[in-house]
Amino acid sequence: MCAEKCPKKIIDTYNAGLSKRKSAYVEYPQAVPLKYVIDPETCIYLLKGKCGACKKKCPVDAVDFDQKPESKTISVGSVILAPGFETFSPEAFENYQYAKHPNVLTSLEFERILSAGGPTQGHVARPSDHKDPKKIAWFQCVGSRDLNRCDNAYCSSVCCMYAIKEAIIAKEHVGDDLDCAIFFMDMRTHGKEFERFYDNAKNKSGVRFIRSRVHTINPVPGTDDLELRYVTENGELQTEIFDMVVLSVGMQTPKALVDLSARLGIALTEGNFAETASFSPVTTSRPGIFVSGAFQGPKDIPQAVVDSSAASAAAAELLADVRNTCTKETEVVPEVNVLGDRPKIGVFICHCGTNIAGVVDVPKVVEYAAELPYVELATDKLFACSQDAQDNMAELIKEKGLNRIVMAACTPKTHEPLFQDTLVAAGLNKYLFEMANIRNQDSWVHKNNPEMATEKAKDLVRMAVSKIALQEPLKEVELPVNQTAMVVGGGISGMAAAKSFAEQGYETHLVEQSTQLGGQAKNLYMTAKGESIQEKLAEMIDSITSDNRIHVHLETRLTNVDGFVGNFESTLSSSGSDQQLEHGVAVLATGASPYKPTEYGYGTDDRIITSLDLDKKLINDDPSLTKLNGAVFIQCVGSREPGRMYCSRICCTHSIENAIQLKEKNPEMNVYILYRDIRAYGEKELLYKKARQLGVIFIRYNIDDKPLVNTDGQRLTVNVTDHILNMPLELEVDMVALATAIIPNADEKLGNFFKVAVNGDGFFIEKHAKLGPSEFSTDGVYLCGLAHYPKPIDESIAQAKASVARAVTLLAKQTVFSSGTVALADPMLCSSCGVCVSICPYSAPKFAEEGRFSGKAEINPALCKGCGLCVASCRSGALHLKGFDNNQILTQIFEMDEAV
Amino acid sequence: MTNNKIGSVMVVGGGIAGMQSALDLADAGYYVYLVEKGPSIGGVMAQLDKTFPTNDCAM
Repeated sequence: MCAEKCPKKIIDTYNAGLSKRKSAYVEYPQAVPLKYVIDPETCIYLLKGKCGACKKKCPVDAVDFDQKPESKTISVGSVILAPGFETFSPEAFENYQYAKHPNVLTSLEFERILSAGGPTQGHVARPSDHKDPKKIAWFQCVGSRDLNRCDNAYCSSVCCMYAIKEAIIAKEHVGDDLDCAIFFMDMRTHGKEFERFYDNAKNKSGVRFIRSRVHTINPVPGTDDLELRYVTENGELQTEIFDMVVLSVGMQTPKALVDLSARLGIALTEGNFAETASFSPVTTSRPGIFVSGAFQGPKDIPQAVVDSSAASAAAAELLADVRNTCTKETEVVPEVNVLGDRPKIGVFICHCGTNIAGVVDVPKVVEYAAELPYVELATDKLFACSQDAQDNMAELIKEKGLNRIVMAACTPKTHEPLFQDTLVAAGLNKYLFEMANIRNQDSWVHKNNPEMATEKAKDLVRMAVSKIALQEPLKEVELPVNQTAMVVGGGISGMAAAKSFAEQGYETHLVEQSTQLGGQAKNLYMTAKGESIQEKLAEMIDSITSDNRIHVHLETRLTNVDGFVGNFESTLSSSGSDQQLEHGVAVLATGASPYKPTEYGYGTDDRIITSLDLDKKLINDDPSLTKLNGAVFIQCVGSREPGRMYCSRICCTHSIENAIQLKEKNPEMNVYILYRDIRAYGEKELLYKKARQLGVIFIRYNIDDKPLVNTDGQRLTVNVTDHILNMPLELEVDMVALATAIIPNADEKLGNFFKVAVNGDGFFIEKHAKLGPSEFSTDGVYLCGLAHYPKPIDESIAQAKASVARAVTLLAKQTVFSSGTVALADPMLCSSCGVCVSICPYSAPKFAEEGRFSGKAEINPALCKGCGLCVASCRSGALHLKGFDNNQILTQIFEMDEAV
Repeated sequence: MTNNKIGSVMVVGGGIAGMQSALDLADAGYYVYLVEKGPSIGGVMAQLDKTFPTNDCAM
């Protein structure tokens, strides 16, 4: 009401300025909290003392113009800075016409255009005339990798990937004929599964990738079109007309944040990101203050999520001994026993604003529901999920003595847990709840047919009521969580994880199959930030071996895992003897190995070596390195090609770093890097710049025209086609360093132990690519480091800490509850056929070994996931799925039958 | 020294990074103050349409 009446229209920043909103507003319909606010910078009343329309119209008198900003002082043990970034504003780039031409957009604006909740409801229309575009161009590196026109020398790391995503989604919205062209310098798709996405965009979706920096956009007179002039890879000048241009703007730290950092005494990098070290990637220069997200360096969502968990682990390490001193226990309401009581069902029907009520005739559904069997009360709510509606629901449960609840609303996927919490708060078992999905599966999909949608809502409510009437309270088994952690893999990641567990007070077992700790880091010379890896590694190994909370098991393999979340029992085998280890959680940090090349003459000549061989020489300060006249690095050896369609992420930076080392040892040396795309993401771009300044020569080669390494016993030469001159070159050198791919060690057996899977490339599959990067779908099992995907040391350590932070959220609970929705075996009917035992993916059913029903199937409720496979497969009808029992399913079917 | 420690943490910023930190700490037994300058949490991710690789709605 307030927003409706507010006369002041201002720019909607949520829609990136593409639409207007009022001064009294809610940012977007899904905003949390979903509360209207008044923008003090534009409100007429607050600025001029007149208007107050919102206050007059507000039916609940919620508008208070007298609220003033308050300053509060709070004392905390630690601070985590996650203030984010701002997108670069391309207004100053006059040659791109952004400020002048409506059809030149930023990528964030285009993101809003693609969104169903955006200003065009997801219809891709160009702003000037709302015409469907036929051709859209993306310009990469706007406000990134650019010191001429802005001060952002670094790479923003995310723009290549989002541009490809936007192009593909635009094609989905507009149709396959939409011509999408991405103009870029280096295509940086260095994340997990990114290279394949790029490859598919190019070869399947037909997105055009043009390696060129467009200089100027000119409006085409008399039209709203835009003319681009650019130079192709072959050096030809091209002119092409597009309907729209999207500028892929980079990330930068806002000025206010730079000032705040100065006040806080936080050191910043050259690019204005919080300075951190590779071995403490989320620790700022000020003790007790940690950093995560884009303020730590430009990064994508998964990396931000990793850092954030890492920052919470770092804070928790610091405060481990005062844990649980500031938190409050939530009060547990005793559960009312309703077993055997006649069902008294309460039906709540949600309007969901206009989402449901705009289509479904809610009052009619309420009227209908009130007449259904066992229904004690039927009522409606504007937003059933709002706090006041929830409070009212709890009151009604008590007042009317309701013992079953049906909620006809949005979707159980997002809201069931919330409503169940309300039941619990009112003393009802949370399983006495059923949701009828009248939004996602009704009002949204039948919005053109409101009458039938109303009938369908009635059907769904009737089915839900019949089912819940047969529902009984279910018990969740409470299981203790063993407070010991196991970490598999003694490389950098595994050690960092073990250390973080120990620092947070947990007994930890670190299992390593080789004879020593250190993993691949033993072969590495220097980080991208210039830290000596051997020095830091030695310190780290020392801190692990001297920590009496960490038990290191060298030359040990994991040979069996029994049990489940909170109660694993693993078998550790070492030189023929087995040891049983009970632990509550496990972190898999099994690492990766370098690819052994068969190409480029590797193994035929001592001068042809891998990057790691070169690191070894650098570690040993091999005097021969200074004497080299020429060295060539060849990138992507075994990466980014059929069979291994992923980027190994760290090799570009690694070779650049080593090239710099060689140049610094001997500035006269000719150093060449032969590459496909330089992927020096984030501030690693500065290293790339430094290498060029030192005279390292970068030559790009094409995958169809790989360099040739020739050795005739004396001369070592490399033939490559120069990408600028388009001419063949012969480089005579004394060393060829091959930047080889990173291949995961993850073995299937280990995966099977914990029921975790690997992807086509052999890397472990995390729970969620974006939001669960450091944990598995299997509860209680976590992952980090190279076993997840190739990454440098700082990112490995961050993920190690992140996996621990996630694991500690489980350990801290002390107990876990199994779901109540589990299978139950009736031993009287069981014929001991064993189908359930063999079919269950979770090993939940087994034959009882003792007692009256020895030999009959029984289900371990802690292992059962409630999938129902065994129930469907049981030929004796001995298995039941609690909460979804046969009679409940059948009654729903019968009730549905009434509808047709 | 130990006695002066406080078992609470302030997280500055309510975007995806700040929310993740806040959740992890709260679930691990620390009181969290989540500070956000805007009227709602969610940050830039809430402005994105879909995200790679699942094309899940970013919301």
